[in-house]
Amino acid sequence: MAKEKTVLTGVHFMSGDIACAEGAIAAGCRFFAGYPITPATEIAEHIAARMPKIGGVYVQMEDEIASIAAVIGASYAGLKAMTATSGPGFSLMQENIGLAAMTEAPCVIVDVMRGGPSTGQPTLPGQQDVMQAKWGSHGDYEIIALAPSSVQEMFDLTIEAFNLAETYRVPTMVMADEVVAHMWEKLVIPPAEEIKIVNRKRPNTPPEQYLPFMPEDDLVPPMACFGEGYRFHATGLTHDEHGYPQTQSSEAQTKLVQRLCDKIRKNADKIVRFEETMVEDAEILVVAYGIVARAALSAVRKARENGIKAGLLRLVTLWPFPEKHIAKAAEGAKAIIVPEMNCGQMVREVERTAKETSVFHLSKLGEEPPTPMEIFEALRRHSK
Amino acid sequence: MTETEAFEHPFAKYLRAAMMPHIWCSGCGNGIILNAFVHALDEMQMDLNKLVVVSGIGCIGRAAGYTNVDSFHTTHGRPIAFATGVKLAKPELEVVVISGDGDLFAIGGNHFIHAARRNIGIKVICANNFNYGMTGGQVGPTTPLEALTTTTPYGNIEHPFNLVHLAAASGATYVARWTTLHVRMLAISIKKLLQREGFSFIEVVSPCPEIFGRRNKMRTGLEMMEWFRKASVIENFSDPAKAEITPERIVVGEFVDVEKPTYEKLLHDKMAQILKESED
Repeated sequence: MAKEKTVLTGVHFMSGDIACAEGAIAAGCRFFAGYPITPATEIAEHIAARMPKIGGVYVQMEDEIASIAAVIGASYAGLKAMTATSGPGFSLMQENIGLAAMTEAPCVIVDVMRGGPSTGQPTLPGQQDVMQAKWGSHGDYEIIALAPSSVQEMFDLTIEAFNLAETYRVPTMVMADEVVAHMWEKLVIPPAEEIKIVNRKRPNTPPEQYLPFMPEDDLVPPMACFGEGYRFHATGLTHDEHGYPQTQSSEAQTKLVQRLCDKIRKNADKIVRFEETMVEDAEILVVAYGIVARAALSAVRKARENGIKAGLLRLVTLWPFPEKHIAKAAEGAKAIIVPEMNCGQMVREVERTAKETSVFHLSKLGEEPPTPMEIFEALRRHSK
Repeated sequence: MTETEAFEHPFAKYLRAAMMPHIWCSGCGNGIILNAFVHALDEMQMDLNKLVVVSGIGCIGRAAGYTNVDSFHTTHGRPIAFATGVKLAKPELEVVVISGDGDLFAIGGNHFIHAARRNIGIKVICANNFNYGMTGGQVGPTTPLEALTTTTPYGNIEHPFNLVHLAAASGATYVARWTTLHVRMLAISIKKLLQREGFSFIEVVSPCPEIFGRRNKMRTGLEMMEWFRKASVIENFSDPAKAEITPERIVVGEFVDVEKPTYEKLLHDKMAQILKESED
């Protein structure tokens, strides 16, 4: 029998969207619910072609609200589940992202960012949803968000997103952009056995003793799934360890909501990922993410050639934000430049954490990301 | 000395004692619906480890938590979309959505018609109490014309949905309507709902005397039930298009009972076909 491979080990020439889809499949994703939207549609199209061959489910829902709801349902039924969208769809998903956070449903949401607000510029890149990723749903909660800057990372970080979602029982976002999603690059897919896969913690108590929302030391509760005989309840209402509603108790509200935040905040050192280039002796820093970090790297190299001691700190996790590392890197720097395809979003986090160091935002909206020359010019201007 | 022996209620195993007392008002029909549901489960000897109950937001939305099975209380309007994910991920599970008219047909209306169109094998029980009870009695998608609610203080001018017609037109393979007065028929109908393969729907016309009734000359549960008794006529397999609920007439019975391949079956067959083609 010709068995379809789940991990396409080898060297490929692939688009970011397709690499993301392959990353999901390699991570063990077997449920995808989505709704077509530029520039994320190719993820759904590729998954729709692949899933039936590997025993997974692709379902096209009636909208993005339904898509994320179905993803949470599939996650509770025991599958690794994902949806992919862009700005308008990401907005529609926000209420149920809060539900996923509240009910601790492991799931992955890919947002291929385009120009907003509203319908905006569907085929052009943006980085305008990065704050929405963190704050988009009402109430207090924490999520994890990763920002790929290459086709390779569309693959690698989608796997990482599933691993983090499963480890912390938290909705995890891949915040891509239109350029990273649509460009074609070399992609190396390693042998399956070399790919690290994490699965959710399972209960080791019998059903009658199982408390579905009783955390362990890492603040994460083990997860039973529907149909396994645990017969447990979950609700978007504030709940106790049994999963039963506690709508009048301040104690229950404090305990639950604080834990939902703390399970990410207190594990932040284990989650945070970033990449430093020539930061050690840098007098001027660039903090960038996504496709913009690629241009920033060229700019930093060019600055060094011109005698400017520049360095790059590339954010891989946007959330949790690498506060300690930015603060430390900022200590030796006279200025920090934050180029972004928005009117100033992650720059606020940099300002908050860098404190004494002057922070300058380089905003670029529309057709193309900031060019290396534009970032280099900013470096030259602010290094004087 | 006489000893009193405590007997457990025969349905106790179906309910979560820790969640009691329930939140429903006196005279509310939700308890009757839950009773009919567990009655059906009991008669069918349903494997409770293979049953998932999903609900949305509203008074009846608490039913998921009261049922002692795997259960999920979703966001407002989204139980069918959530249930779709559960059913497609584990088709061997029986997935039942119990929710209200506002949840399923106003905020969640789009999910209802599309799940019915796809013929996903989930089973939907709707408590239709003609208004938003939990938020204090506002106009909803099934509120009768001229009815008084807190947001139609001069009488409702919106035409209500005829839910059985909507369900039938959207492609549901089993469609029935009962009132909470028709307890036995309702339990039998729920049994059928659970036995059918495809998207199945029961509307239960349910009294809400505390919130809806008292503004509409039916102050008690008994008065609302009296309306159901006077107005309801059993007409099995009549045209659902002609089954609008009016003050004078509530047509109850089964409207649709047909077979059609479910989404899960078509998906399964398609996967088998693709696999076979890749072998050839």
